[in-house]
Amino acid sequence: MFDKILIANRGEIALRILRACRAMGIKTVTVYSEADAEAKYVKLSDESVCIGPAPSNLSYLNIPAIISAAEVTDAQAIHPGYGFLSENADFAERVEKSGFTFIGPRPETIRMMGDKVSAKETMRKTGVPCVPGSDGAIPDDSDEIKEIAKKIGYPVIIKAAGGGGGRGMRVVHTEAALLNSVVMTKNEAQVAFGNPVVYMEKFLGKPRHIEFQVLADSHKNAIHLGTRDCSLQRRHQKIVEEAPAPGISERQMNKIGARCASACEKINYRGAGTFEFLYENDEFYFIEMNTRLQVEHTVTELITDIDLVQEQIKIAFGEKLSFRQKDIKYHGHAIECRINAEDPYNFMPSPGTISRFHLPGGPGVRIDTHAYGGYKVPSNYDSMVGKLITYGESRDISLARMDIALSEIVIEGIKTNVPLHRDLMSDLSFMDGGVNIHYLENKLKNKT
Amino acid sequence: MDLRKLKTLIDLVEASDISELELTEGEERVKITRQSTPQTPIAPVNYIQQPIETPNLQTPTKAEPPSEAKDGNADEDRNVITSPMVGTFYRAASPDSAPFIDIGSTVKKGETLCIIEAMKILNEIESDKEGTISKILIENGQPVEFGQPLFVIS
Repeated sequence: MFDKILIANRGEIALRILRACRAMGIKTVTVYSEADAEAKYVKLSDESVCIGPAPSNLSYLNIPAIISAAEVTDAQAIHPGYGFLSENADFAERVEKSGFTFIGPRPETIRMMGDKVSAKETMRKTGVPCVPGSDGAIPDDSDEIKEIAKKIGYPVIIKAAGGGGGRGMRVVHTEAALLNSVVMTKNEAQVAFGNPVVYMEKFLGKPRHIEFQVLADSHKNAIHLGTRDCSLQRRHQKIVEEAPAPGISERQMNKIGARCASACEKINYRGAGTFEFLYENDEFYFIEMNTRLQVEHTVTELITDIDLVQEQIKIAFGEKLSFRQKDIKYHGHAIECRINAEDPYNFMPSPGTISRFHLPGGPGVRIDTHAYGGYKVPSNYDSMVGKLITYGESRDISLARMDIALSEIVIEGIKTNVPLHRDLMSDLSFMDGGVNIHYLENKLKNKT
Repeated sequence: MDLRKLKTLIDLVEASDISELELTEGEERVKITRQSTPQTPIAPVNYIQQPIETPNLQTPTKAEPPSEAKDGNADEDRNVITSPMVGTFYRAASPDSAPFIDIGSTVKKGETLCIIEAMKILNEIESDKEGTISKILIENGQPVEFGQPLFVIS
């Protein structure tokens, strides 16, 4: 097994990875920007290296600094976490060329899945159902563009091939707005992603966001670990996630899951990954694949009893998966609430020092947070200060536990979205299960 | 003036060497004065310094905490040259060459002080100050991190 792993990330996920390493007896190196010098996981790690000033581009996105840190500490592998460089194929490639193991897929896979057009093409070929669309980049000819949209049927959505995660998209309801929308999206894409290629898809009116977790080793074994429902979103940012997705039959889950696993085998996928789908009218439509660990991996862990971070490390070391598809058993239900340092209703970020910090506990309650009383939440990074996750033998029990846990949590000194979560847990539609991805924004709109 | 803005200003003064800040915006005026000499705390009291068994934090990569350079007189504070990158510190261009500088050497702005090797590239670190080297804080071949004090110039 690896002797030493460098954790190239920050915040709660750095702590999560550190815990997995410690559980496996692996030495840890954390890297930090000057803003994170007092981070809990920095103090817990065996070694730590300051890699730059606060701005991400000079620290957590600074490839030479991170690789250099691995060199001076003699680490063997680098875990990129999520966000930052985790889906940067160049980083993965440079890590490997420098003689370290990148804990994730091969650089070519990351590159292929990072281009949303080629990702969709690949998935179509492997039999994963996709959203009907332009099947490739939108051509330049105006008549052809109009034809494609007519064939798909309005409303359509124009998406940037280099985008993803909700960025670089525009919905078009009528032909009159079509050509301008394509041009505008192309221009934005060029500026934001350096790639003006766009594609078109049918815009689904009330879909749910349902994703599948997969694990694949380097010995051609790939399995899926069921579904997660992440439909409660605001501006394409997930706020609450749960596993399994309510209302999806076991038969349907296994059918789509098997296609995902099979796709992994065909593309030689390695590590943990997530296939994201939109689900509407009993149909699943692939939108994109995330070639990394997800924030919400926790809910899958609780219903399958599998430590996904440890599995990532074992796979990266070259080990075979120690379980087959038939060994995966699901039990109960898990819900995760992302706790952000922000105003619960106007969403203005609220960095600052946490003056009082009391976490809930008890059966079925899990907290993943790097924060502590006295911790100064920096203003330079995303506002997530932690994840509150509850488990129950049924969805109702996990909801009840979440409700109780949210009532116990105390975070003072900064604003958090705990009041919003409390609101959501007693929202009747959410309690019924199966709300679509527009539900939260509509709810918030109606509030004001 | 709203509280959030006020708080940001207070944090700004606290985090810098500024002793007094006065800001006028239309009808509103704010003056923030620092009472004592700035002394950045090296280990703020926080909950994690408790029961958790912290593994050995004194490692080859963690040289003296940056605050040690800040103890003592404020002049020294301002004349510390810190590392702009992560890597391995070398006094000379190669094992057979003479060191770029020694204690007592006078340096001009832009003069090479040392090499920091990162990812097989030898980066020449130049002085951003003029003066005489009074202290060399790192050993030849020692790993350094961003912000780590390397030299004291007087």
